Amino acid sequence: MIFQDKVDLIIVGAGPAGLAAAIAARESGVSSLLVLERENEPGGILRQCIHNGFGLHRFSEELTGPEYAWRDIVRARELDIPILCSTTVLSVSKDRKVSFVSKEAGFRSVQAGAVILAMGCRERPRGSLCTPGTRCAGIYSAGTAQRFVNLEGWMPGKRVVILGSGDIGLIMARRMKLQGAEVLACVEIMPYSSGLNRNIVQCLEDYRIPLYLEHTVTNIVGRDRLEKVTISRVDSNRRPIPGTEKDFDCDTLLLSCGLIPENELTRGIGVELSAATSGAVVTEKLETSVPGIFACGNVLHVHDLVDYVSEESFAAGHAAAAYLKAGAAAASAAPENRIHVTDGPGVRGTVPQLIDPDPEADIRLMFRPSGVFRNSTAVVKSGETILMKKKAMIFTPGEMVSLSLPAARLADVVNGSIELSIERN
Amino acid sequence: MNYKTDILIIGAGISGCSLARELSRFKADVAVIDRGNDLAEGATKANSGIVHAGYDAKPGSNKARLNVAGAQMFPALCELLGVPYRQAGALVIALNGQDRAMLEALLERGLKNGVQQLSILSREEALAMEPRLNPELVAAMSVPTSGIVSPYELAFAMADDAAINGVRFFLNREAAEVCRTEDGFRVTAGPDVFECRVLVNCAGASAAAIHNDLTGDSLEMIHRRGQYYLLDHAASDVFSRTIFQCPSAMGKGVLVSPTVHGNLLIGPTAEDIPDPLDTATTQEGLDNILLTAKKTWPELNVRANITNFSGVRAHLAADDFLVGPVTGCPGAFEAVGIESPGLSSAPAIGRELAGQIADYLALERKSRLNDYPVPPKPFREMTDEEKAEACRRNPEYGSVICRCEVVTEAEVRGAIRRPVGARTIDGVKRRTRAGMGRCQGGFCLPRVAAILAEELHCDLSDIRKDGSDSFLVTGPLADPEERKTV
Repeated sequence: MIFQDKVDLIIVGAGPAGLAAAIAARESGVSSLLVLERENEPGGILRQCIHNGFGLHRFSEELTGPEYAWRDIVRARELDIPILCSTTVLSVSKDRKVSFVSKEAGFRSVQAGAVILAMGCRERPRGSLCTPGTRCAGIYSAGTAQRFVNLEGWMPGKRVVILGSGDIGLIMARRMKLQGAEVLACVEIMPYSSGLNRNIVQCLEDYRIPLYLEHTVTNIVGRDRLEKVTISRVDSNRRPIPGTEKDFDCDTLLLSCGLIPENELTRGIGVELSAATSGAVVTEKLETSVPGIFACGNVLHVHDLVDYVSEESFAAGHAAAAYLKAGAAAASAAPENRIHVTDGPGVRGTVPQLIDPDPEADIRLMFRPSGVFRNSTAVVKSGETILMKKKAMIFTPGEMVSLSLPAARLADVVNGSIELSIERN
Repeated sequence: MNYKTDILIIGAGISGCSLARELSRFKADVAVIDRGNDLAEGATKANSGIVHAGYDAKPGSNKARLNVAGAQMFPALCELLGVPYRQAGALVIALNGQDRAMLEALLERGLKNGVQQLSILSREEALAMEPRLNPELVAAMSVPTSGIVSPYELAFAMADDAAINGVRFFLNREAAEVCRTEDGFRVTAGPDVFECRVLVNCAGASAAAIHNDLTGDSLEMIHRRGQYYLLDHAASDVFSRTIFQCPSAMGKGVLVSPTVHGNLLIGPTAEDIPDPLDTATTQEGLDNILLTAKKTWPELNVRANITNFSGVRAHLAADDFLVGPVTGCPGAFEAVGIESPGLSSAPAIGRELAGQIADYLALERKSRLNDYPVPPKPFREMTDEEKAEACRRNPEYGSVICRCEVVTEAEVRGAIRRPVGARTIDGVKRRTRAGMGRCQGGFCLPRVAAILAEELHCDLSDIRKDGSDSFLVTGPLADPEERKTV
């Protein structure tokens, strides 16, 4: 491959977000673009998600992860989009110079007109939980175990306890069971699962794997390899209650305790980050605080369904193309005129955080409920004016809420601010 | 196997590796055995990583003498071996009048021990140097010569230097039986028997037992566990120096310190436990660290915690090192009770013991030494030009294995190919930092495992995390025959 010193658009990551962004950008007329991917194949985490359930919204059919990714990979090939695999981006500068390395290309620095960040997310490791005990082998994040089983063909262990009820943990509970392992328990510190309800049913209940809500792992035993974990019930402050300990003899502990957007590069650029999402603060065009740098997918905020990642990333690709076309002159609204979107009661991590007062299209607002709310309504307000409402039987943190706010409603915004909340009916 | 050697060192921790390196300068056969699956598996891999200036130990003690002498050797030694070391300085803070009086005593002790540049600072001076300190402190002692080092990397480097100069290392060899022979000693360790003229006991937690076998004494080792928090780079700018509270009978107390790799270390506890191999952390211990460390750093939070770990110190009731010839047992030498400031003292312990052993055996110095293979500069510390050049020289620099700490395939392979190379996931981690970052190996573990299997010509199921039974996987998904047909 011959490298140019300059390209119009660089996309960091060729998972579902990066692929969709690249496809949209190309379809919007960006001729010079480059996708950089650290794995040796495009597809991102979908490559190891061999279970089905992907694509119901986007394709109205149920696909496996690799099948879902394949559709975008095929489209990217049709569009002749160059994807550089086994390539790691080391840094992105504020003026969009991207430095990366690969065995084939060595160390390169390429100037981009625009950059889309699509690095995805990673799993919370044991250290962030401060779980006491030994540091033996056999403790894996659920995704690492999934890679061992589904991509490399190795069994991480035979007697398994799962800490956390995130979707990957639930999927791995079933996967390990199907592969002949005993799955002794799934342990969740909160009073509810953080995974999709369908995964609770299809991965735990269907296989009679017990789910211990309001419990956590309080000790890890085993000198070389894991031998035993102790779980305890927790109080309302999530502190273990003495006397409620229960031991499981096991050789494997899988952690599914949350995902963290992988924003190390983003931090290096100096992009403003949100404490609520751990991702960049973006406008409705998915542009970060640094002009010409966009973010989409799980690096922006952790999604529940890949279908929404694709939708968001198509939007980012179109927006980056429009940015490139218009040049720096056509910057969107002056920052001081932007509408600020804030999280009210029951709402966490709304994206976007900023909206142009005169947008080109309706605004997609997404957030996670901060708890479980039955028979409630998601409300978008500005001052005392209700801009829109959406009722639901149940809101849970495991499922994202997505609202389409009509552009026309922004005329009623007062004081340049919108607040989202969940109110009980 | 039956091995004959002039000198056998039991223990490949910081003392044993330091001694092995010093002895490799002499014309003698030297072997080192250790029960671990890697070097530095005991207290060496799990301590505060501080090169103490030497104000704390009782004047006239072995600890005081060897600490001050050892600490002075650090800058040149680490430079030579390419080991991360920084003279970061330290503050000992006083939180009340009693502490304030203790600072005066420490200052006086430090002067007696020959520590340079000590001074007492006012509250304001201390806060100006370290603004995140507890504003309620009343004074502090400044210790500019205090340093920080990566303790296990120093042990690896000393062992590598020893190995290329002829010292043989045998891992997974626990000294089961030590007995005297006509002209020396015989040590049974695992499947092997080692016969030697000089035996050196650097056995860390087991050193008292070996001492007792040789002498008939009943020296008692107290196993004092210390637990830690290790925080991510995100917390690295909190303090630029090591911050101690005033010491107590149980040790130097809980410190908060930057590490040479830009992390923040908080700990240790001091709990006496029965089993020296029990390096578990406990809820109580971790809670205590936070409670105590808040007195140093009131805004303490452990959101950036990467990992918790613990190490076990080898403490003697007499509270001093036993270093030198073993009384009443000619040909036996020892370094027993090597706890803090053992790391700081290690270079001096090695030099002193090597001198005594060379005299005993009338050893001659080698006229020529093999060049130590200085480890290349880590990729993450290179400039862009250096990165480009490294990739041109060796394309494996272009393959990043550990995202968090930016460790490349070239470096992982390099660590496995060192003279006493990495054989485990944790061995690679301690030599390269792959897996030391915020994702704790979630990303790089399968990649490092695959490279290890390739370099060692074995299966993934043969790869260990750390100890010899710390297998990563229980086996292939399907049986091997079935796999072939798929």
